[in-house]
Amino acid sequence: MLYFSKLRIFTILIASLFFLFFTLSNFTKLDDSFFNKKINLGLDLQGGSYLLLEIDNKPVITKELQNKITFLKTYFKDKNINIFNLKIYNQNSIRFETDETNVELIKDIFVDKEDPVNPFYEKYKSHQFDLENQNNIFTITLSKYGIIELKNSSLDQAIEIVRRRIDEVGTNEPNILKRGNDRILVELPGLDDPMRIKNLLGKTANLTFRFVSKSTEAEFGTDLMEFEDGSESPVYINKRIILSGENLLDAQPRVDSQTNETVVTFSLDRVGAKRFGKATISGVGKRFAIILDDKIISAPVIQEAIVDGSGQITGGFTFQSATDLALLLRSGALPAPMNIIEERTVGPGLGKDSIKAGVLALIIGFSLVIAFMIFKYKIFGLIANTALIFNLFFLVGILTLFEATLTLPGIAGIILTVGMAVDANVLIFERIKEEKAHEKNQLIAFDSGYTKSRTAILDANITTFIAAIILFFLGSGPIKGFSITLGVGILTTLFSVYFIARLLTSLYIVRNKDKEIKI
Amino acid sequence: MKNIQFNKYYKLFTLISSGLAIISILLLIFKGLNFGIDFKGGTLIELRAIDKQINISSLRSSFSKMNLGDVAIKNFGEDYDFLIKFEKKGPEKDLIQNIKKDLNASIGSGYEIRRVENVGPKVSAELLKGGLIAIAVSLGAMLFYIWIRFEWQFSIGAILALFHDVLITMGIFSLIGLEVNLSIVAAILTIVGYSMNDTVVIFDRVRENLKKHIDLKIFDLTNLSINETLSRTIITSVTTLLALLSIFLFGGEILKGFSFAMILGVILGTYSSIFIANPILVNLKVNYKTIVKEEN
Repeated sequence: MLYFSKLRIFTILIASLFFLFFTLSNFTKLDDSFFNKKINLGLDLQGGSYLLLEIDNKPVITKELQNKITFLKTYFKDKNINIFNLKIYNQNSIRFETDETNVELIKDIFVDKEDPVNPFYEKYKSHQFDLENQNNIFTITLSKYGIIELKNSSLDQAIEIVRRRIDEVGTNEPNILKRGNDRILVELPGLDDPMRIKNLLGKTANLTFRFVSKSTEAEFGTDLMEFEDGSESPVYINKRIILSGENLLDAQPRVDSQTNETVVTFSLDRVGAKRFGKATISGVGKRFAIILDDKIISAPVIQEAIVDGSGQITGGFTFQSATDLALLLRSGALPAPMNIIEERTVGPGLGKDSIKAGVLALIIGFSLVIAFMIFKYKIFGLIANTALIFNLFFLVGILTLFEATLTLPGIAGIILTVGMAVDANVLIFERIKEEKAHEKNQLIAFDSGYTKSRTAILDANITTFIAAIILFFLGSGPIKGFSITLGVGILTTLFSVYFIARLLTSLYIVRNKDKEIKI
Repeated sequence: MKNIQFNKYYKLFTLISSGLAIISILLLIFKGLNFGIDFKGGTLIELRAIDKQINISSLRSSFSKMNLGDVAIKNFGEDYDFLIKFEKKGPEKDLIQNIKKDLNASIGSGYEIRRVENVGPKVSAELLKGGLIAIAVSLGAMLFYIWIRFEWQFSIGAILALFHDVLITMGIFSLIGLEVNLSIVAAILTIVGYSMNDTVVIFDRVRENLKKHIDLKIFDLTNLSINETLSRTIITSVTTLLALLSIFLFGGEILKGFSFAMILGVILGTYSSIFIANPILVNLKVNYKTIVKEEN
């Protein structure tokens, strides 16, 4: 166990220098992108905001069912199959009736993998809808995978919109990730007040232009809607949509030079311009409403026909609110509303304090362990300590190499590693002591001390490593950071003990082989 | 090597530990744990007062007017740092903004909000479930590991020692009402690893000695093994505790609960690998044949 070839010593030296280099690269600036790696600081250390958004997919499902109903109506009409009482049933189902004669035919259509009525997803081996029938009454329910498919596509759309909105705000290196099939995780480093982002992400930004109904009572085809700023009492709005946000090409905040009011100007695509033109030509003198997420932003009276496909929205905006509205309109509407179900925000002050406290605890813990080892083992304490220092370099070097994220619990993991890392050397030294008690040849005693302690060391480290792995896979957020430093710490500990400390031990005892070596 | 008669006290400490375990179970059932917002849902605000006029009672009176339900306010480390917690049901997008507005009106703007955490009920339920799964999986994994490495008698000894450590740590948390959050789950998992580590080292020696001293009864053999590994057990506990103490004392308020749980765990883990794991080997009448069978 104690023999080291020159080549091996050389390899150890190179590996040590390699990690030492990466550890130091945290404190320097290099031009080369490969060599200039740094440990990422977690949000809890650099300050920033973590938001978990959940999409409320109910409207998406309802919309899908409505579309399906429209589709089924025309589809069966074209095929001359008589179906009636077609309607949404419960939350995830559609129900319809047919004549007895068509029952088998309809069943066949719904299980046909090629037919567009009930799409078949090859990857899930499942249809979009599950079919049930009682005599001539059919119930089609979105299958498990039908819902998953729907959720996935709304998540794909939503994450795109979220990305656009956050990019437009221009925060520093945001991290936007999918979580499951209806959640989006947003990490915003350096942002200590996520108010604006939360406001922007909390809005579906469904924009519609509709006429204000003349009636003052509930009437078929109208909705009662409130004004966003509460400046007027609620009015009835026609259900028919003249224009929606999809027709928008651009939107910008402006200060109207005549009224000095902040407005949002917009320009429409060709289809939108045509429709808007038509509506305004026939609607001069009428009032139309600009509606965002079921609230009226403003409801101006049409003064003249607008045919150039541009216009402006007034609504008592501040420059900030106009900027945000324009941003929302540009980035498009979310497929469904989103809720913020988890938020964790750390201010930069607390982050700095946490780093300071973490580093202080590391220095003190490290010094205490080093002092204790020297007190306990003298020269071999020095050897163990040298290995410990190398261990830290390896650990930090590896974290840097993989550009891992260091969190406050991660720092705790490093400190804990310092405390536990000496264990392996202690096991070895204690074993050598025992071996020396009945073995006269020092070299043999040292050698068998290393050999005989090996299983205990491996067992002991594997158990902690298992805990770290489980934490890594099941833990969340900062806890993951802890599991990484703890797990990597165990690997570097074993390396530093078996290569650095053993090499130093070997050099020391070979040099002093004629003297009595005390441990 | 020291020669302490640990085995004389096996019965005594088994009794004490059983008592503590039962008390812990009762505490967990009747008093329960003080779950933090990670597991209970709600909002946490860490606030630093810059204006010296702001104190806990002025904060209490301003928060009581905000209609947030039950608001808990306490000092957090320094005199001018405060932790405010409440369990507001239902999402409210402008919650923090409104609180700031109300605070500015009542105590002025001489404060800094250093941290905000808001966990919805769905997420907190998931986090709790995830935490419990993580602990269960880690216990299972340890059981599996020790089962392939040792004989079943050893597995039972090690696992009971593990349960003992986790249970009593949680019992102490329940007793003094310390907050249980995500970092405590991490601490428990690390305790599981550490306790196992400590037990395995002694067991390793027991197994070695079973082959070496065939004539020795397990009662004395465990004692011999504990004594042979005793300096290692103590030194490792000391260095680990030194590291943990420095986290506890200097690592800031956020790591206090975590390092406290770990300190308890290391002490209990060291104790249990001597006084829980070994008596079980004795009770299960482990002898030379137990391990020889395996090697054939």
